[in-house]
Amino acid sequence: MEYIIERASSFAGDIDFLIVLIAVLGGFWLLLAEAVLFYFIVKYRRKASPKAQYITGEEEVSKKWLHWPHYAVIVCDLFIIFFAIQTWVKIKQTLPKPDAVIEVVGQQWAWKFTHPGLDGKLGTKDDVKTVDELHVVVNKTYQFKLKSDDVLHSFSIPVFRLKQDAVPGRTITGWFKPTKTGQFDIQCAEICGIGHGIMGAKLYIETEEEHRTWLEHQRMAQVNGNRINTAKK
Amino acid sequence: MSHDHHEQSFFSKYLFSTDHKVIAMQYLFTGMFMALIGGFFAYGFRMQLAFPGIEVPGLGLVTPNLYNELVTNHGSIMIFWVAMPVLIAAFGNYLIPLMIGCDDMVFPRLNRLSYQIFLISAIVLIASFFVPGGGFSGAWTSYPPLSAQAKYNLTPLGAPMWLTAVALEFVAFLLGGINFITTLMNSRAPGMKMWDIPIVLWMIVIASIVFMASAGPLIAGAVMLLFDQIYHIGFFNPNKGGDPILWQHLFWFFGHPEVYVVLLPAMGIVAEVITVFARKKLFGYKTILYTTIATGTLSFFVWAHHQFVAGIDPRMANVFTITTILISIPVTEMCFAYIATLFGGSIELRTPMLFALAFLAEFLIGGVTGIFLGSSGSDIYFHDTYFVLAHFHYTFVPIAIISVFAGIYYWFPKMFGRHMNETLGKIHFWGTVIPFNLIFLPLFFLGLAGQHRRIYSYENFPELAKPYLQDLRILATVSLIVMLSFQVVFLFNFFYSIFKGKKAEKNPWRANTLEWAAASPPPHGNFPELPQVYRPPYEYSVPGRELDYWPQNEKA
Ligand SMILES: [Cu+2]
Ligand SMILES: [Cu+2]
Repeated sequence: MEYIIERASSFAGDIDFLIVLIAVLGGFWLLLAEAVLFYFIVKYRRKASPKAQYITGEEEVSKKWLHWPHYAVIVCDLFIIFFAIQTWVKIKQTLPKPDAVIEVVGQQWAWKFTHPGLDGKLGTKDDVKTVDELHVVVNKTYQFKLKSDDVLHSFSIPVFRLKQDAVPGRTITGWFKPTKTGQFDIQCAEICGIGHGIMGAKLYIETEEEHRTWLEHQRMAQVNGNRINTAKK
Repeated sequence: MSHDHHEQSFFSKYLFSTDHKVIAMQYLFTGMFMALIGGFFAYGFRMQLAFPGIEVPGLGLVTPNLYNELVTNHGSIMIFWVAMPVLIAAFGNYLIPLMIGCDDMVFPRLNRLSYQIFLISAIVLIASFFVPGGGFSGAWTSYPPLSAQAKYNLTPLGAPMWLTAVALEFVAFLLGGINFITTLMNSRAPGMKMWDIPIVLWMIVIASIVFMASAGPLIAGAVMLLFDQIYHIGFFNPNKGGDPILWQHLFWFFGHPEVYVVLLPAMGIVAEVITVFARKKLFGYKTILYTTIATGTLSFFVWAHHQFVAGIDPRMANVFTITTILISIPVTEMCFAYIATLFGGSIELRTPMLFALAFLAEFLIGGVTGIFLGSSGSDIYFHDTYFVLAHFHYTFVPIAIISVFAGIYYWFPKMFGRHMNETLGKIHFWGTVIPFNLIFLPLFFLGLAGQHRRIYSYENFPELAKPYLQDLRILATVSLIVMLSFQVVFLFNFFYSIFKGKKAEKNPWRANTLEWAAASPPPHGNFPELPQVYRPPYEYSVPGRELDYWPQNEKA
């Protein structure tokens, strides 16, 4: 998977493992079934096999050809169910203690983010609000509070293997932990109207120092903005 | 005066007929016509994806709004106005009376009413494309609040019209379903016991039962949503105490069983075709029947796998992962039984058989890729990506296109008393199946790369705007155009053969089931005298018999 798309969160590897596991088990059955199918088509075509046999498929001898694969499929299913649930519980059902909390709000057609400011706390005066850009620090655990102002949206970050719908009237809590720095895409993965196709945002995963510089910049901009506003008045 | 009389009989024969065969043809031709629209819509949005911003020949510039309208209605049309009418209504109506050896449906007028309501639903849908604001563009799943309020979806008329059309279509199929079940249970030829019913009829009737049992909540939901749209009641509006996720439950409680509603008739058609062209008894008739019932039943307990990341209680996902993965057991067993049917056969690769075998080969891919989505952990990543899209097209195209072609090529001699051209049939086969794979294999890859659905242009997403991903989009679009062009071969072959094809005898494929005991085409009333049944439907190559088939109605 990482050859196709980078991994940038702590749980991306778990999901990729599950994908590969299913690909191996499912791929085995798929190839086996296709191989048998094509083998029969070639072996029993009219020229090679002018007279067909009479098999009801209800004798014990022939039934086993259904029963053995049947049990083998059940075993594979149990494996898949086990790892699927394990991955799910880790990502969606547990909430590790966060280093920081952010707020994410979807609206037609933008993502609005509220970051904690230099004090590291959300809901204080120095919170930093942005539109369509999210800034986080690498190797820190984040909790997000996801909301929507209007219709359904879906907060999706492919490099994190993270996706969660935003539902108006609810606040949905989730988490992630970035594991590498860089710039990545944030999508809206649920159709939300005419602007759904442009509803993207940028994710900046930064080091501690980079993030501090960015926060200070934001504060300066805010202070300057306020000054300009007061001057105008 | 006599001219008047002739006019009237034309009307009563073709427009107001209660003959099950005429109604079947009405459904078939309406479905084929709608398929042309659905295919044209796919051409429109695929062109925009491959060549963003071009004037699409025959359509013009695809704006974001038009793009959404095209994808929404492509999906709605292909499922509600192509797969359902053709697989259930056309084949069901045509085959049930003929294959159980009776003269018509139990409720012929209800049958006629069913088609008329269906026709109205199709007209309402088509009309919705031309109203101010355009057709509905909130996806075929129609999730509120987007679908519920015109200020969000910007289609004040298109949205309610779409919903009305869907609700009417459901009414049509509920009426049809009652008819199918009653007819199969009450009108079988003397001597036809439960295990003598051809598997395709079992499948169509079980599909009708599943449909009737699952459609109720969605019809109720549709009425609620219509009230939200028109009277602003707020069933799905959180600001008024409603819940948008409620719609998703109502929709998918129907929506997932619907997959099996169309899958089962397709599996049935394939069973008839492979037994005839392999001259083999169906492997494990009862096993197939039981797995069908198991699949139909299980399909009611898996719906929330569409909602893993929708905001439902995350603990629920575990339950639905288990039920969803378990459904693979009866379905694989069914597929294995079909493959085992070929063992020891004497396979003749005529056009219907090619399509039937292609159904098996392609559907297996669709089935296996579904596991990635049914397992909650990996669905977090794949949900609403092109991986989902490629997966369900690997199930729906084999179901609604490939198996339907198998059925049309197979029963054409019965329907029209003439043969379709075999060479053109094979050209059509390869021209359909090869491009089909070239459309959707690249889309699996795009889904793996994180490409999300219903986006009119990926230029806004740097990770998805890479040139090699764009090449894959172009490959898919070009393959689609190739596939669509080859349908011209089919249409020509179909209409030419209706009038000029080689004359067909009663039983050209040397098959066992009762429809082949009627004349080709069967007259009104079907059989000169109603047949008697002496044996199960798949007695091919019975040892000690000179002929390699043994019609159900042949005395000893
Ligand atoms: Cu969106
Ligand atoms: Cu489903």
